[in-house]
Amino acid sequence: MNTGRSSTRLTLNVLWYIPLILAAIVIVYPIYSMLNISMLGDTEVASYPPKLVPTSFILENFTRALVLAPLGRYLFNSILQSTMVMLGQLVTASLAAYAFAFIEFRFRNLLFLVFLSTLMIPWEATIIPNYLNVRQWGLTDTYWGLALPFMATGFGTFLLRQFYLKIPTELRDAAEIDGCGSLRFLWAVVLPLARPALGTLAVYSFLQTYNQYLWPLLITNDQTMRTVQIGLTLLQSEELLKTNVVAAGVMIILVPTFILFVFSNKQLIRGLTAGAVKG
Amino acid sequence: MAQQTSSIIPFYTRLGLTGRQWRGLRKFLTALAYLAPSLFFFLTFVFVPLLNSIKLSLYLTDPIGRPTAFVWFLQYERLFSQESFLNSLARSVQFVLYTVPVTLLVSLVLATLGNLRLKKIAIFRVIFSITIAVSGATASLMFLYLYHPNLGTLNYFLSLLGLPTVKWLISDQTALMSVSLVSVWLQIGLNTVILLAAMQGVPEELYESAMIDGATAWNKFFYITLPFLGSTFFFLLVVDMLASFQTFTPVSVMTKGGPIDSTNLLVYSIYREFYINGKYGFAAAQSIMLFLVMMILTIFQFLFVEKKVSYE
Repeated sequence: MNTGRSSTRLTLNVLWYIPLILAAIVIVYPIYSMLNISMLGDTEVASYPPKLVPTSFILENFTRALVLAPLGRYLFNSILQSTMVMLGQLVTASLAAYAFAFIEFRFRNLLFLVFLSTLMIPWEATIIPNYLNVRQWGLTDTYWGLALPFMATGFGTFLLRQFYLKIPTELRDAAEIDGCGSLRFLWAVVLPLARPALGTLAVYSFLQTYNQYLWPLLITNDQTMRTVQIGLTLLQSEELLKTNVVAAGVMIILVPTFILFVFSNKQLIRGLTAGAVKG
Repeated sequence: MAQQTSSIIPFYTRLGLTGRQWRGLRKFLTALAYLAPSLFFFLTFVFVPLLNSIKLSLYLTDPIGRPTAFVWFLQYERLFSQESFLNSLARSVQFVLYTVPVTLLVSLVLATLGNLRLKKIAIFRVIFSITIAVSGATASLMFLYLYHPNLGTLNYFLSLLGLPTVKWLISDQTALMSVSLVSVWLQIGLNTVILLAAMQGVPEELYESAMIDGATAWNKFFYITLPFLGSTFFFLLVVDMLASFQTFTPVSVMTKGGPIDSTNLLVYSIYREFYINGKYGFAAAQSIMLFLVMMILTIFQFLFVEKKVSYE
């Protein structure tokens, strides 16, 4: 009796894999499809019926994308911009969060609200003056123009402050008695303890910047300054590249984010679930 | 001892401050120093530009974006008398209605599946959340090829099943739906991750006592899991609506607002008016309208969702 019940239970459990696998196929299919196209030859890509599985592994499309497109240069631009934004946000947010978590000062709540209010102002509401300013300052087609507008973060400040608040105030008091200044306390005690939160902010800000579209589209005109997202889509729309080369380009662009996704999954998901407020 | 302290007059008393006031001021100035880098960037790239957007929207502008004549609300009057803006607004609302309910429903199904206690379920959880690593631009390129009328595999599959093919991005009847599908696919990852996290927060005892009472899987889902997800669902509803109203990339990559303006969503319309047509004031008025819509949604979230959270 008992074994009978548990074995029907087991088959029922196995049945659940059918919807699971179907759902997984539907979700992965757009990515698989692009991977497939990236490995097709020039004639195969335009054949009907479409080839659903690559018959050979052609690396040529990838070298064409990197050299001809020139995706290598775009990739460099994107990674540099994302690193600048990431470092900028780590510095500004860890400093500001320190003030909010450890210093009791007048207008603290008001200033904290000011920081949070930046989360509610959509980027689109400020984009025209920002574009005009950056153009007037001569920062179009520069890395500073790409990175500066994103160097401060209300979300990151909030995230780090929450983490700092968990640090016992006794530590602060002990440090003060030892004659440890507040900057040294931040550097030697707070930041090492806050490493997980800093990691979350780093991964999150890198990914957000790397995947940006509208801002780099506005302020880069020079071929050599385009970011990957812009560079590849513009080449595609100008029909300068064959479909299979564009597909190879897409796969190359996805590599850094998939690396982050796999190796920093925890930090990334923590950042995204906390940062979803921003939309 | 007492003599010594009285002989040294702290310099702040010379400034007319008491010791307490001085310590307060010093703390304030220290804090300000820590906040200064952030405040500098916020002022330069958020607050001042926001005010400038409002200012621009009240002016006529020349082709390089300089305000020329103050015209009060003329740009706003133009907005609401112009077919193109009303179309964009309607299309954006339509887009939100297409994407948000489907995203939430699909993500709920995926999270429920991902929450099953099965072997290797972790692999499925990773797959269900994979789109959080995909950018709007690359997703748009993927779907652009899937939608290709002759060579795309979607129409090929339809024809294999003996179904009529779809014109996807080519027809103004189906283009907005096709763009919506990209948006749904992109948002599913984040939604599933958040719903899964919420589901894992349901106390185990609830399920155990339900099991003792002989509750079926459906009963457990409808009477324990779903009510528990209420606040998360409201949160995602607002987040998805905000993201949906801000959609730009798929439109820019796949349709450029066409065919016949059927996918000319608000943000794309703003971009086209100022960047391509050089109508800065007119575009600024549109961006302020978008700002107001999003403000209302955010306030709605604070009033409604936050209360829900504390209620639980």
